[in-house]
Amino acid sequence: MEFVLAIIVGILATSAFYLMLRRSLVKVILGMVFLGNAVNLTIFSVARVTKGFAAFIPENANTLEGTYADPLPQALILTAIVIGFGTQAFAIALFRKAFQKVGDDDLDKMNSTDIMCNEDIPGGK
Amino acid sequence: MNSILAMPVVFPLFIGIIMLFFWQHRSIQRIINVIGSTVTLALAIYLTWYIKTSGIQCLYIGAWKAPFGIIFTADLLTMTMILVSGIIGFATALYSLGTMDETREHFGYYPLLQIMIMGINGSFMTGDLFNMFVWFEVLLISSFSLVALGGERSQLEGAIKYVILNLLSSSLFVVGVGILYGITGGLNMADLARKIPMLPNKGIINVMAMFFLVSFGIKAAIFPLFFWLPASYHTPPAAVSAIFAGMLTKVGVYALFRVFTLIFVTDIAFTHTIIIIIAMLTMLSGVLGAASQMEFRRILSFHIISQIGYMILGLGLMTPLGIAGGVFYIFHHIIVKTNLFFVSGVVSELKGTYLLKKLGGVLKLYPLLGLLFLIPALSLGGVPPLSGFWAKYTVAVAAVEKSEYLALAVSLFVGLLTLFSMIKIWNEVFWKEQKAEYAAEQQTLRQLPKFKIAMMFAPIILLAAITLFIGLYPEPFFDYANEAAHQLLNPSVYINAVLGGAQ
Repeated sequence: MEFVLAIIVGILATSAFYLMLRRSLVKVILGMVFLGNAVNLTIFSVARVTKGFAAFIPENANTLEGTYADPLPQALILTAIVIGFGTQAFAIALFRKAFQKVGDDDLDKMNSTDIMCNEDIPGGK
Repeated sequence: MNSILAMPVVFPLFIGIIMLFFWQHRSIQRIINVIGSTVTLALAIYLTWYIKTSGIQCLYIGAWKAPFGIIFTADLLTMTMILVSGIIGFATALYSLGTMDETREHFGYYPLLQIMIMGINGSFMTGDLFNMFVWFEVLLISSFSLVALGGERSQLEGAIKYVILNLLSSSLFVVGVGILYGITGGLNMADLARKIPMLPNKGIINVMAMFFLVSFGIKAAIFPLFFWLPASYHTPPAAVSAIFAGMLTKVGVYALFRVFTLIFVTDIAFTHTIIIIIAMLTMLSGVLGAASQMEFRRILSFHIISQIGYMILGLGLMTPLGIAGGVFYIFHHIIVKTNLFFVSGVVSELKGTYLLKKLGGVLKLYPLLGLLFLIPALSLGGVPPLSGFWAKYTVAVAAVEKSEYLALAVSLFVGLLTLFSMIKIWNEVFWKEQKAEYAAEQQTLRQLPKFKIAMMFAPIILLAAITLFIGLYPEPFFDYANEAAHQLLNPSVYINAVLGGAQ
């Protein structure tokens, strides 16, 4: 199981970095989503995958006994998914707004903050 | 009875929520913001005194005993950061009254500011790595909104770079936290500090250390991960870029100080040598970048980077004096850098631009503003008797003690170049005659309302006074930094304070 997960994480992370290095904003956001998934799967697999042992305390006991899946990584992943969702949603809104202002989704065209020392650009002081 | 430790985090949240109820009422938001920031500052001063007198304190949230629950831990380093964030929050609250435009105030500038301060204080306070990630995200999402608020083209372009690189850094941080949990079974920092030296596999710890160095390094803007900073920090309004310049990168520096004095101390010869090398390159690349710039805030942005180099040089030396110098440096730098951004905002308010080419003649019209620029500028360059001199001197002496002569040479050279950049700004903005073709856009101070002028100058004078005070009377601050360094270099004190009661 870990083997399969490791391969999937590798594929996701590779494609994520490939996409994030592209110049198009849409591909960058897709890359961010892929990277988020790769990260979550990494946490899932490094914290030992235990199949079929839910972390429930039996009715007549006070503690967990025997084999059980560690619930904490799942809580971490859940938190990371929620946070990732929020930040990605913000990024999409921001990219859309930037696309409207610049009129292009090419990141190479978005360098006015670096050249504004020499030229006047609309909106910059 | 340590619930007061949560106050620097909970109170800004409370203020932020209250302000949301007055979404349409700009003036009420302004008043609440000033009152709230004052109370946060008062809380920070009280807490600093409390921690100074009673030692490291912990708050076990939900009464979950460490290492199982989330905890807040306050030691002297934490309190330095909380105190200075209180001061900067207060100064920015005043400064915003004088400079923030109506549109941004209508679209939630003040609530965002308070939520960001909550995130900043939370990441200083927490004693749990995953929780630190959550606080990072809280402060990042509000800073994303603040940097883009207003929607000017340059702001959006700067925000894109800022957002992408910071989200990348967060991803690396989570992977690091996840793998650390996988190998140790703990997330509590004191617990990790106790477990990591016992691990048989030393190699993976160094790999983890590099994960954290890169991810916090992006946030702290160290070489070669700083490119988002000069692309974005000069785009939002002056009040926003001032609090960003002061606090946000220092959250990354704080995180580096925390993990590299507490958790990753098993192979200092490897990790901390890398930090020293990065520190030297950070100083050099920042200051050389600044030398080539001709825009007021971009020069200052590049100087943030070079100053970060000094702080992590102190960390890399890992001697009592080095760490103390680093802590002292952080405190001095936040105050000075925020103040310089404030001054740049006033100049642009008067002259309508940040471009050095178009500026000029400020000193003749406003000698007081010139003086108020000179204090933080010379302090940044390390001219005695201002605060920057003592900070640089301490780090330099620490480098000599450790026989790091190359680092010493770089730090002195960079100090000289910093002075060069500050003199460049002085010459271009304050000293030279403004060219007649650019003089049309400006307004004079007399045209501005009295209240606005007072609110612009009050925080600048306050921060300049603090800089002068540290410079002329550094002893209490230095004693404090020494004590903080002592705590950082003896992790057992921290570990016992966190886990002692639980075992």
